[in-house]
Amino acid sequence: MPPFASPIERIWFWLHRALCALVLLFLVLPILIIVPLSFNESSFLLYPMTGFSFKWYAAFFNSPEWMLSLKNSLIVAPAATIIAMLLGTLASVGLTRAEFRGKALLQSVLISPMVVPVVIIGVGSYLFYAPLGLVNGYTALILVHAALGVPFVIITVTATLAGYNHNLTRAAASLGANPLTAFFKVTLPIIAPGVISGALFAFATSFDEVVVTLFLAGPEQATLPRQMFGGIRENINPTIAAVATILIVFSTLLLLVLEWLRGRAERMRTALD
Amino acid sequence: MTTLAAKPPLLSKDGLPLKRQLARAERASKLKALALILPLVLFLAAVFVLPLIGLLGKSVDNPEVVRFMPRTVTALQGWDGRGLPAEAAYAAVAHDLAAAREAQTLGDLGKRLNMEVPGYRSLLGKTARRLPLEPAPAAFKTALTELDERWGDPVYWQAIRRNTEATTPFYLLAALDRHVDEQGEITRVDPGQAVYVDVFARTFWMSAVITVLCLLIAYPLAYLMASLPARRANLLMICVLLPFWTSVLVRVAAWIVLLQSGGLINGALQWLGLIDAPLQLVFNRLGVYIAMVHILLPFMILPIYSVMKGISPSYLRAAISLGSHPFAAFWRVYFPQTLAGIGAGGLLVFILCIGYYITPALLGSPNDQMVSYFVAFYTNSTVNWGMATALGGLLLIATLLLYIVYGWLVGAKSLKLG
Repeated sequence: MPPFASPIERIWFWLHRALCALVLLFLVLPILIIVPLSFNESSFLLYPMTGFSFKWYAAFFNSPEWMLSLKNSLIVAPAATIIAMLLGTLASVGLTRAEFRGKALLQSVLISPMVVPVVIIGVGSYLFYAPLGLVNGYTALILVHAALGVPFVIITVTATLAGYNHNLTRAAASLGANPLTAFFKVTLPIIAPGVISGALFAFATSFDEVVVTLFLAGPEQATLPRQMFGGIRENINPTIAAVATILIVFSTLLLLVLEWLRGRAERMRTALD
Repeated sequence: MTTLAAKPPLLSKDGLPLKRQLARAERASKLKALALILPLVLFLAAVFVLPLIGLLGKSVDNPEVVRFMPRTVTALQGWDGRGLPAEAAYAAVAHDLAAAREAQTLGDLGKRLNMEVPGYRSLLGKTARRLPLEPAPAAFKTALTELDERWGDPVYWQAIRRNTEATTPFYLLAALDRHVDEQGEITRVDPGQAVYVDVFARTFWMSAVITVLCLLIAYPLAYLMASLPARRANLLMICVLLPFWTSVLVRVAAWIVLLQSGGLINGALQWLGLIDAPLQLVFNRLGVYIAMVHILLPFMILPIYSVMKGISPSYLRAAISLGSHPFAAFWRVYFPQTLAGIGAGGLLVFILCIGYYITPALLGSPNDQMVSYFVAFYTNSTVNWGMATALGGLLLIATLLLYIVYGWLVGAKSLKLG
């Protein structure tokens, strides 16, 4: 705000600031509002709070259904993440190494799982995997979740590789390293932040996925979001607030790790240049 | 005088032209790169593309009549669809229905033909219960018509005749509220039965509203973030990314808590004296709009912000120093430069919106459901694969067309996350 600003500009400036504050409130408030209610005594999700209690967390950890869904999520999400990360990183290295016709098109196809409506993926997968006997099991669920995570790995890893100095690989090769050694000793450590953030995105995608799970999972494979979906649809209770709080803490941690990785990558890039 | 053509080609140490060796090395490196991409391409082809192709195939799949009434299909080949078919067709129906009853496929057949002519299921059931006719009648035509006079109505025969092919546009047409009438023309269905065009229109309308709301909210915030110093902009960025990273179901639950009739929003409005009785803010269109804008806002903020960050503030200053009013300078100098970001964010939000399922399903009334809901409904509740895949197929095609526009305008590789 320059000192010579006219009154109208001043009003406009503060109006803009106030509007932005409201938008930020809109973004963050709903997430913060549900946290205290998970410690509420009352079984209604209403303010004012009536007393402090951990009982909804106890209800979560003592419920066989919730624990089963947590276990399922912790089986499906890491497995899907590993597949997406391995295939996605390999493909990203290939995509940045060569120019060929149809590359943009191929890249669009590889990213398309992100934009195709999940319901369609769910129905299509059900029709495809049911005759193979893979519905109501982990296999199909893991494979489709991996496909959903691939775009995130491709986007983050190609972005990181775009800033990678390929002379470093050439230097390693001229010093006698074979391509594999050069990749693992030189390229991978430098692009690691991108690979890890891609993996975190893929993990979060699977960990939050409910629609494909609705179609492909039986009651034995119900994941945490699937269990939440059922809970919200039938009768929303404070146990859901407790689960939500745990997930918020979890996603905050993920976000902080990601920001740290990005800072690290930027420092590394400036150091290398 | 030497010419360029006379110059001897450069040779490498093993005597080959350098140019050819370079081409060979480049080809080898290209092949290596493709070999790295191949595993992912095969994986996505098998896990992602094949199921989608299967879904599109299923939307025109018409197996019931062809598979369960083979004799009738053959017998009807010579019939032109006018009047009643010949005696052979009646005999064939009697045989086919007896066999279908035996093989317990009558249910699927009845379900399919009932979509063509209401009441067909009961006709098949009633007929099949009396089959096989013992002793074999002299004329099946009279026997069947005596059994149920509907066999004397050409409408029921035309329904079979329309389905003697293994593929049909029936479901795709039905998903657009069209059908093939008795004359073989594509016509609108009765206004009372027409629902899906409205559903598609509602889907696009709601997506457009949500996209515009996202844009109006995202633009000022992105502008502030782009004009702040990096450290403070990062702090705001975390506020944008925190909801982005939080589970969609957590956010839906949070909005229910906030918007319910005893929730904080209603409480605050009542406390301020703005309203007397709680407003219905959730389980209606308003609730869907609020939660969807909240969920999709980061997808609008991020592309606009990344475009704004690349715009030098000196343009705006130059315009003002040349005598332009600050508002005019903003509108005529700054805003046009952000159109790329608006286009990218708007298209992305719109594409993600038209396929959304969870939020309308959990926060909307039956009148706020979009196409995805009906796809899931026909899959889970009534197991009508034809309608589920036809609606899904049309939605898929709409999404892919928009995605092509997106790739053409923005380039899919410019998608950025955080």
